[in-house]
Amino acid sequence: MENLRYHYPATRPVLHRAHVGVVGSGDLEILLSPSETQRAEVVIRTSVDGYEHVWKSVLDRFFSRYDGAARLELNDFGATPGVVMLRLAEAVEASEGDAP
Amino acid sequence: MNAHDTFIARHSFIELTARERARALLDPGTFRELIGPFDRLESPWLAMQNVVCQADDGAVIARGTLGGEAAVVAAIEPAFQGGSIGEVSGTKIAAALELALREFEAGRSIRPVVLFETGGVRLQEANLGLAVIAEIHAAIVALQRYVPVVGVIGGMVGCFGGMSLAAALCNRLVMTRQARLGMNGPEVIEEEAGVEELDSRDRRLIWSMIGGEQRVAVGLADTLVEDDTDQVRDAVLAAFAAGVNKSNRTEQVDAQLERLGRIDPAAIDPVVLRSLWQGNA
Repeated sequence: MENLRYHYPATRPVLHRAHVGVVGSGDLEILLSPSETQRAEVVIRTSVDGYEHVWKSVLDRFFSRYDGAARLELNDFGATPGVVMLRLAEAVEASEGDAP
Repeated sequence: MNAHDTFIARHSFIELTARERARALLDPGTFRELIGPFDRLESPWLAMQNVVCQADDGAVIARGTLGGEAAVVAAIEPAFQGGSIGEVSGTKIAAALELALREFEAGRSIRPVVLFETGGVRLQEANLGLAVIAEIHAAIVALQRYVPVVGVIGGMVGCFGGMSLAAALCNRLVMTRQARLGMNGPEVIEEEAGVEELDSRDRRLIWSMIGGEQRVAVGLADTLVEDDTDQVRDAVLAAFAAGVNKSNRTEQVDAQLERLGRIDPAAIDPVVLRSLWQGNA
């Protein structure tokens, strides 16, 4: 298991929290809540070690379009980058009622 | 409706997550979760064993109404650690049932439902999980004076180990055709007794012994439903409408001993068991 942490700039507050996904094989759970700071923070716990560079790439791409000051907690059980992206989009949609 | 349309009209219960199952079972718009993921009551034991936690520890506790009556649903998430019961997830289920008991003691009424989907105790939490499973058993027995405790075994995990006893204690048990109910899972039996005793890959054999259809046919479960959310909900509503049992399966000790006495261990298979027991539990 590996713990990772990232920060990204944000330009607007997030109002609603959202929970999506399960910690099941090939899937992950995301808890999205308003950040207490002016930026977005991502806290990851993943069952698969050694993929920090892939997480960084996925998040860089996600935050090129998402600018909410959210705290994102990801509990991952071996999700592929595609699944992670879909779950991130789903979490944003659930918190805003709209896709990013 | 032809077979195709019937199939398309179905809404799978098995494919839902625990949270979706609880929401689908309760009256529309009444789902309210207790100790949800944002309360972050997760297992204190998994991370130290390098296992990623889930924020609700795989147990969803929901209040709402069921057929217009107050209800509490405890749903186990099959995808997280095989629905295994840890200290936290088990305590959430036991506490939900104990709070239901307090409602009756205060003169109110509530409908308790457990949605099973579990391999049993979570091995990483060992005795702590077993201890709370005993608490779940005790709470079901304490509640059944006031109200039927209704269990549903969805599938595909099934219900095994100490939680199979919890399911057996339920006053009404609903199973899908895909669901299985047994003390030891087939893989465990094969591991312990050898493949000559039981081939766990033989799905036809496994389901003929411990599948929902057989369990209802021999009277160890009450209602067989298709994998359809409406059918599950109708079966649960009917179970509550029938009221408290005059006598529960677990109280019929003499009858169960008599049933066991009919069996010749040297000549028993699923078909013979059906003809011997014929659902008269």
